[in-house]
Amino acid sequence: MSKRVGVEVSIAVADAVKLARAEVISAYPITPQTHIVEHLSDVVANGELDAEYVPVESEHAAMSCCLGASAAGARTFTSSSSQGLSLMSEILYHPGPMRLPVVMVVANRALAAPISIWNDHNDIMVQRDIGWIQTFAENGQEAVDLLLHAYRVAEDPKVSLPFIVNIDGFTLSHVIEPIILPDQEDVDAYIPSFKPHVKLDPKKPVTMGPVGIPEVYTEAKVAHEMALRASKKVIIQGWKEFAGKFGRQYNPIETYRMDDAETVLVTMGSISETAMTAIDAMRDEGQKVGLLRIRLWRPFPGPEFRKAIGKTVKTLAVIDRTISTGASCGPVSAELRSILYKMPGRAPKIFGFVAGLGGRDVTVDTFREIVDKANLYAKKRPTDLYEVIGVREK
Amino acid sequence: MIPEFEKFKGFSAKTLPKDEIVAPGHRACQGCGEMLALRMAMKALGKDIIVANATGCMEIVTSPFPQTAWTVPWLHVAFENAATVASGIEAARKVLARKGKIPKKHIDIVAVGGDGATGDIGIQWISGAFERGHDMVYICLDNEAYMNTGVQRSGCTPYGAMTTTTPPGKESFGQVTWKKNVPAIMAAHGIPYVATASPAYYVDLMNKVKKAALVKGPAYVHIYSPCPTGWGSPGEKSIEIARLVVETRVVPLYEVIEGKYILSRKINKPKPVTDYLKTQRRFKHLKEEQLAYIQKRVDEEYDRIVKLSEMD
Ligand SMILES: Cc1ncc(C[n+]2csc(CCOP(=O)(O)OP(=O)(O)O)c2C)c(N)n1
Ligand code: SF4
Ligand SMILES: [Mg+2]
Repeated sequence: MSKRVGVEVSIAVADAVKLARAEVISAYPITPQTHIVEHLSDVVANGELDAEYVPVESEHAAMSCCLGASAAGARTFTSSSSQGLSLMSEILYHPGPMRLPVVMVVANRALAAPISIWNDHNDIMVQRDIGWIQTFAENGQEAVDLLLHAYRVAEDPKVSLPFIVNIDGFTLSHVIEPIILPDQEDVDAYIPSFKPHVKLDPKKPVTMGPVGIPEVYTEAKVAHEMALRASKKVIIQGWKEFAGKFGRQYNPIETYRMDDAETVLVTMGSISETAMTAIDAMRDEGQKVGLLRIRLWRPFPGPEFRKAIGKTVKTLAVIDRTISTGASCGPVSAELRSILYKMPGRAPKIFGFVAGLGGRDVTVDTFREIVDKANLYAKKRPTDLYEVIGVREK
Repeated sequence: MIPEFEKFKGFSAKTLPKDEIVAPGHRACQGCGEMLALRMAMKALGKDIIVANATGCMEIVTSPFPQTAWTVPWLHVAFENAATVASGIEAARKVLARKGKIPKKHIDIVAVGGDGATGDIGIQWISGAFERGHDMVYICLDNEAYMNTGVQRSGCTPYGAMTTTTPPGKESFGQVTWKKNVPAIMAAHGIPYVATASPAYYVDLMNKVKKAALVKGPAYVHIYSPCPTGWGSPGEKSIEIARLVVETRVVPLYEVIEGKYILSRKINKPKPVTDYLKTQRRFKHLKEEQLAYIQKRVDEEYDRIVKLSEMD
C-alpha cells in the first residue's frame, strides 16, 4: 500500500521517475538538481530500476543523449537547472517538432550574471518558447504527481511531445515534506509502456531530423504548434484519470478564495503556498483577496484562466519570478495581458510585480505589499511599467 | 589482438557489397570525395545499422524533406552532438534488449561528422562518448574546412590553405596553423580502434570501417575526403588527389589497434608535396618558403608515425 512518508522532495521526484520506469536517464549535475540525479544513480546502481544511466559530460550532451534514446524507443529522463538548462538550449528546440516525448524536471534557479544558485524562474523563462508541455509544482506531492502525469501525457500517441515539470530550486527541491508515493501497480496502470509511432529500427528505416526547406519549414512548425495546443485535452484528461486512480485532482489553473474576490494575486510555483497564508490573513482583516495559480504554463490555458477570473475581480496582481530585461513586463504578466485583451466585457486591471529573484525570500509581507500596491495603482496609475518588490535602497 | 578481427577476411574489389546505403539522387557536388567516402563506408557497414549524422554537407545533401538518400534508419540533430545522440541510441537499445522489448540482434550504431563537427565544435561530445565506452563507430569525413557554410577554416585545414576565413593577403598566406592531429586525440582516449583512410584506397577504407564496427566499444575512422568545390580542384580529379595525398606522405594511412600504431601503407619513395599541392587552387598562392616548410613538416610528421609503428 502507498503510504505517506517524510522525504526530501528531490528524492521523492527521483522515486517517481523510478515508479515511471524510465529506461535511459542522462544528466549532468548542477545545484539544485543534484539530489534528483544522485538518487537516480543509486536506484540504477542498486538494481531497483532497470535503466541505463548515462553520465554525460554536459547538459547539452544530456539532452542529446535523451533525444537519441527517445528516437530509439526508450523512455527517457533528465533534469537540470539554470546554467545547465541554458547550455542545453540548442537541443531543447529539437524534441518538440521531432515529437519525441523526453521528460525533464527543471529545479528552477536564477541565471548568471551574477552567478546565483538560488531560486527564481529566469532559467525556464528564457526557454519559454521551446515547445514543450510545461507545468509548475507547488509542493512535494504535486511534484511527484506532475512527474507521473508528465509521462502519461507526453507519450500519449495523441500528444507525443516533450514535457518539463518545474519545481522551485531549494524552496521546493530541498525541503522535506510528507509525500505519498503511489504503488507500482497503480503507476504501471496509469502509465502504459512507451510505444512510439516511429523509431529508429533497421527493420523499418526512417529518416529523422531532415532539412526543412522553405517549402516545408513553416508547415513543420505549425504542425508542432497545433500538436502542443491540442495536447491540452490530454493533459486535462490525464489529470482526471489521475484523480480517479490516486484521489488527487489537478487543474490547469487553481483558484483559492476567489468568491467575491476583488484583488487577486497570480502566482506560479511554490510561492503559492505562502500566498495562500497571506490571503487567509488578509481575508481575516476583511480584504476581498483571492489567488489564481497557474499550474499549466505551456500550452497556456487562456480560456481556463479567463473563466477562473470571475465577475467580481477588479484587479490582478501578477507576480513574475524573473525580469524580462527591457520589456514592458515579466513573461507571466505579458501572457496574461494578451489573454485579457481578448476578454469579453470589462477585463480587470492588471499590474506586474517581480519578486523573489535569486533566492530573495517571498514572505507573507511581500504579498501584503503587492496587494496594497495593486489596490493603490487601481486608483492612481503607476508611473512604472512594472515594479520589482523589495529592492534595497542601500 | 581483437578476437572479432580473426574471422573477418576483408573486402575485395570483386566482391563489393551491392547495397547502396546512401542511395543515388542526393545533392552533393560533382566529384564530391566526401560522398564517395561516405558511400564506401556505408557499403562496408551494410543495412543493420543506425546512423546519427552531424550537421554538415553530408547531412544537408542527403535529407531535404520529403526526400532522403538514406535506406537505413538515420537521425540528424545538431552540429556538435552526433556522438552523444549515438550514445543515447546505444544506451536505449541496450536497455530495451535487456527488457525484451527489441530483439537481441546486434545493430551497429554509427555517428558521422565532418572535420568541423569532429575536431572542433564536437570534440567534447565525442570525448565524452569515447570515455564512457559506448559501442559505436565514429566516422569523420575530413574535407579540411567547413564546407557546408561556404569553405571557412577548421582546425583540420592544412597549413597555408586558402579558405574564406583564411584568405591570403598582404599580411597573410592563408591558414597559419598546422593541421590538428584529430586521430591522435581520439587514440589518446585509449579506445580499441582508430584508423585513417582515403577513398582512393577504397578496399582499405572499407576494411577499416568494418573493423571499427566489429570491435566492441568505441572506434574511430578518420577519412580524408577531397572537396572539389572547397579546394578549387577539378571534380574528376578527386580520386587522383586522394591517392596523391598518400603518395606524398601528407596523409599517412594507419591503424591504432589497442594503442599500437600499424602503418597500412609504407611510402618508401614519396613524391614531393608540391605534386599534391599544385592540384588545388587553395594552395596556389604559396611561396617557396612556405612550400619548403610544408615539405619539412610533412617529412617529420610521417617519420613520427613510422617511429610509433615501430614501437612495441
Ligand atoms: C552550433 C552551430 N554552429 C554553427 C553551425 C553552422 N554550421 C553548419 S555546418 C557547419 C560546418 C560543417 O563543417 P564540417 O563539419 O567540416 O562538415 P562539412 O560541411 O565540411 O562536410 C557550420 C559551421 C551550426 N549548424 N550549428
Ligand atoms: S562542398 Fe565539397 S564536401 Fe560539400 S557536397 Fe560539395 S564537394 Fe562535397
Ligand atoms: Mg569539413
